[in-house]
Amino acid sequence: MSTVHVSDWNLRWSRWLGQRVTLAAGVSILALFIFAAIAAPLIAPYDPIVHNSELRLVPPSLFHPFGTDNFGRDILSRVIWATRIDLQIAFLGVIFPFLIGTILGTISGYFGGMVDIIFMRLIDVVLAFPFLVLMLSIIAILGPGLSSFYIAMALVGWVSYARLIRTQMLVLKNSDYAVAAVSLGFSNSRIMFRHLLPNAIAGSIVFSMSDAVLVLLNGAAISYLGLGVQPPLAEWGVMVAEGQSFISTAWWITFFPGLSIVVLAFGLSLLGDGLSETLGARQ
Amino acid sequence: MHRYKFILHRPVQFLPVIFGVSLITFILVRLIPGDPARVLLGARSTPAALANIRAQYGLDEPLWLQYFYFLKNLVNGEMGKSILYKIDVLPLIATRIEPTVTLILCSVILSILIALPLAAIASRNQGSLPDHTVRIFSTLGIGFPPFWLGLMLMILFSVKLGILPVSGYGETFGDKLAHLVLPCLTIALSLSSVLTRSLRASMITELQSDFATAARARGMPESIVFWRHVLPNSLAPAVNLLAVNIGWLIGGTVVVESVFAIPGMGQLLVRAIFSRDYMVVQGVAMIFACGTMLVNFIADILTVAIDPRVKL
Repeated sequence: MSTVHVSDWNLRWSRWLGQRVTLAAGVSILALFIFAAIAAPLIAPYDPIVHNSELRLVPPSLFHPFGTDNFGRDILSRVIWATRIDLQIAFLGVIFPFLIGTILGTISGYFGGMVDIIFMRLIDVVLAFPFLVLMLSIIAILGPGLSSFYIAMALVGWVSYARLIRTQMLVLKNSDYAVAAVSLGFSNSRIMFRHLLPNAIAGSIVFSMSDAVLVLLNGAAISYLGLGVQPPLAEWGVMVAEGQSFISTAWWITFFPGLSIVVLAFGLSLLGDGLSETLGARQ
Repeated sequence: MHRYKFILHRPVQFLPVIFGVSLITFILVRLIPGDPARVLLGARSTPAALANIRAQYGLDEPLWLQYFYFLKNLVNGEMGKSILYKIDVLPLIATRIEPTVTLILCSVILSILIALPLAAIASRNQGSLPDHTVRIFSTLGIGFPPFWLGLMLMILFSVKLGILPVSGYGETFGDKLAHLVLPCLTIALSLSSVLTRSLRASMITELQSDFATAARARGMPESIVFWRHVLPNSLAPAVNLLAVNIGWLIGGTVVVESVFAIPGMGQLLVRAIFSRDYMVVQGVAMIFACGTMLVNFIADILTVAIDPRVKL
């Protein structure tokens, strides 16, 4: 009830603190996962792939903190090794759409006219499809696998980035420094990519953080459905699928891989929030 | 009533998009390597059936003419035959629409029931402990993988407590609802976190607006200011958000239907992909795309109905 009455100084201070805490928490969570991915061979206590018939379905204990699965594989080790694949999914699944969308959006917004109309209609059509449905249809044709996932991701995901950059370009191309660059006789590509793009990109970078969360969830979901990463490779979505038959007897097989997704996604969301608040405050 | 005139114009604007959607689905199936007739009918098909499908789609003709045949069949409601189920695609999809639509509707209603009170509490106590709790919930909720959350709810409510059915879909209405509780909860926990965020933000803006201040100046109690003035005005952005997220929501149901073995369109799509039943994949993708457009259209009408300031 007291929204209007909170003192200005108090609010500003808590906001500043909030930004720092959000950003720092996001960076630390992401750093933790990156460390786990790099150091996987050193910190994983057991082999993630080799079967061990004597250690089937062991509940979480001192020797196996996350328990073991139906093949006797240590869940903790598999969760650690899976970090490599899932971070790769979040990174590559964002970077290709980011690059394609940014380039097409820049061109579309800068030149306008017929090029712009064609790209905009194409974006409308892609957006008419539910994201996951179009991705699954493309993977159906390319065949299951991680590379199909990246191709499908690039074909479908670029539209959001293209839209973001295009809107920025429409404003920026009329700014004084753009007009100055034109009158100096600079080439179109130099103006687009060296003068305008650096000023337009901040919003896309912030968006890519929240997009990474969705890409991670999509990649894991597609692997869970059996169309992405293939067993015996350890990936969190695959691990959840493998544990599904054992949910009544061995909950730990599905619980810990899913929890890792939640924590990494939380870290990426915090990073996105922290970045957007910090960048927003500066403008 | 001229504010509602767009209801007449909008379907005309949909035409090029529907055209594009049909073009993309046409190209998708043509990209599959191998003899298209064999792709459409499956590996074990009779020469007579192959000749039949070649004639129907003009598979020996140039590509643009093939697309023309494809459109002609589409207008007649012909989407080909399912390899797996041996029946026409359209009637097959028709039997799967009801569970999916029910699942989506119930999830949306449940999300609104969760998000509205949370956003109200958070926005009216900005910066307080409840506000921070709600913000953490909404940040966490976005990152919950639906396939995992569904299984965890299944372990808790069906395996440990034994109060809800594990999976499947019932026959009677009550039975169906019992089977839908966990799937809806799975989707609603993610969706409501997105919704809470947006509602909280717009409620905070509206709480500080001139009309809210004016109402307070007239001596209205804060609760009436909120329920009568702030709430109705913050609903329009939420309706838009739901419409924008319908594609994401459909993706969620595809996964959740697979987790809970609900015989809807999502499960049909996943099974069709595994059995290389391309006509079904094509049909489901097109129906989902048309559904997305329809939902956006309805959302536009609702926005105009809720907020008299909006003109489309």
